[in-house]
Amino acid sequence: MSADHFISIEGITKRFPASGGASTTIFEDLWLAMRRGEFTCLIGHSGCGKTTVLNILAGLDQPTSGAVIVDNHEIFGPSLDRAVIFQSHALLPWRSVLGNVAYAVASKWRSWSRPEIEAHARKFIDLVGLSGAERKRPAELSGGMKQRVGIARALAIEPKIMLMDEPFSALDALTRGTLQDEVRRICTSTGQTVFMITHDVDEAIYLADRIVLMTNGPEAVLAEIVENPLPKERARHDIHRHPFYYGVRNHIIDFLVSRSRNFRADGGAFDKRHVPIVRPGANDKIETAGAGGDRNCAPYAA
Amino acid sequence: MAASLALRSAVLSVALFAGFILVWHLATNTHQTVQAMDPEYAKLMGMTVTQGKSAMPGPLDVATKIWDHLKDPFYDRGSNDKGLGIQLAYSIARVMVGYLIAVAVAIPVGFLIGMSPLLSRALDPFIQILKPISPLAWMPLALYTIKDSSLSAIFVIFICSLWPTLINTAFGVASVRREWLNVARTLEVGVFRRAFTIILPAAAPTILTGMRISIGIAWLVIVAAEMLVGGTGIGYFVWNEWNNLSITNVIAAILVIGVVGMAFDQILARLTRLVTFPE
Ligand SMILES: Nc1ncnc2c1ncn2[C@@H]1O[C@H](COP(=O)(O)OP(=O)(O)OP(=O)(O)O)[C@@H](O)[C@H]1O
Ligand SMILES: [Mg+2]
Repeated sequence: MSADHFISIEGITKRFPASGGASTTIFEDLWLAMRRGEFTCLIGHSGCGKTTVLNILAGLDQPTSGAVIVDNHEIFGPSLDRAVIFQSHALLPWRSVLGNVAYAVASKWRSWSRPEIEAHARKFIDLVGLSGAERKRPAELSGGMKQRVGIARALAIEPKIMLMDEPFSALDALTRGTLQDEVRRICTSTGQTVFMITHDVDEAIYLADRIVLMTNGPEAVLAEIVENPLPKERARHDIHRHPFYYGVRNHIIDFLVSRSRNFRADGGAFDKRHVPIVRPGANDKIETAGAGGDRNCAPYAA
Repeated sequence: MAASLALRSAVLSVALFAGFILVWHLATNTHQTVQAMDPEYAKLMGMTVTQGKSAMPGPLDVATKIWDHLKDPFYDRGSNDKGLGIQLAYSIARVMVGYLIAVAVAIPVGFLIGMSPLLSRALDPFIQILKPISPLAWMPLALYTIKDSSLSAIFVIFICSLWPTLINTAFGVASVRREWLNVARTLEVGVFRRAFTIILPAAAPTILTGMRISIGIAWLVIVAAEMLVGGTGIGYFVWNEWNNLSITNVIAAILVIGVVGMAFDQILARLTRLVTFPE
């Protein structure tokens, strides 16, 4: 079953202490499984707890209860196998662009020589279109350029799992498109498992195999998992011509506009452990996970 | 508005300086009438008072004196008559030794305190009590235990330079941005590499600010310490010239103390700028 459960979020709860000794529940009993090599996007409104989920997956934050299993092992901290692209870029301001990427490379391959490290780092700086800016410090970069350094740093350590927190949010449409293509190419060719947070519905439809919809906080829940009905081989310039494209898009936007706010996970009716799977477009059929519940996702349609 | 702010401020500075010199000159140039005074005091103050000439030297006297010192700063005619340069060198040497030892202690200890909440809480009461003690209060204890006046002065400098650097280091280390530490954590960076590649550069501006405060305090304290222990140094020079009733020399020494203190401050300010990177 490890192929189906490469990453498995098992009933995690996160509470933060609130004023007056009370506590705020960001989410409770959250379940989600990801296959090896799968691209998952998480969509939800600002402040619902997406970054919190990602930090727990990264091992940077501990859930109040519940566990995350990666490759059959519960995680207890961060690992070089799980690269993180931070929402806040998190570049080291005293290091140049090259220095920031090289720092990650040197941390992964500790025996490499300096030229090897720099050559490897340059390859990824080039990939995100920042050649020529290697010697610049983060303060001299635009927001989008900083974001690209963060992407290069994460890609450069060639992890098994990529955790991306709104990685393209500060980019112009053209750069964004190019980088989406590159990231998609690298992730598919290396078989990386990707968990990405985004606010951009089109981006999610282009990149993701499955799109997870999260309701507004506090006490946010994963309302449903949208299986992307588009073919795996898709090109960015013509996905909008696919017959299912507007079905998926409208479904997600409907969720964001109204259902994310009104969604009620009322007691018996909603099973948080088996989040409903939908494949909009075809006929908006809603499947639920089969009995036994070893995976909260129906197998891909053949 | 052609003149830049820098130029206008420079002109104002020069004008203020000229005004001050002029007032000083006028104030000291007048011959006061001899006033009835305590004969003891008149005897103590000597001719200047009894003859009605101002005891205060004018700016020209001081300028000439400073020029004399600059011409021959390193003469040595016995223990009570050494050049201003020699006295200054003694003071700077004491400050540097005490200060550098303090920095060498404060930065590692500050690191430990900043990285360990346990140590931070455990040592906090000691620091809180020791910090507000005037460094000169240590002097008798130092003289009694060390039995060497010069080393005691260095010890006093050490004590007074310790706290600002220690506290700033601990604070800088404890408040390194969480996201930078998270970068190190996701890259599985070890403790020592993290200390030197993340925490040290991130805390460097705060640490250097602490070092800047320390050197300022050390330079304030050395004058008082040398007045107490005597023998050599700029503080002793000031006290000695006061006993000689050479107010001109006292004023010259005051100016030199100010200039050296400013130089120390500027060096540290420049170093701080060197390690500060905007985000
Ligand atoms: N350290 C903390 N203490 C208290 N509350 C916190 C803390 N960190 C996050 N929260 C709360 O948790 C909620 C979720 O935060 P999170 O950063 O996960 O949101 P998000 O979904 O990533 O939002 P955005 O899309 O704006 O990035 C927010 O309401 C926030 O106020
Ligand atoms: Mg977020």
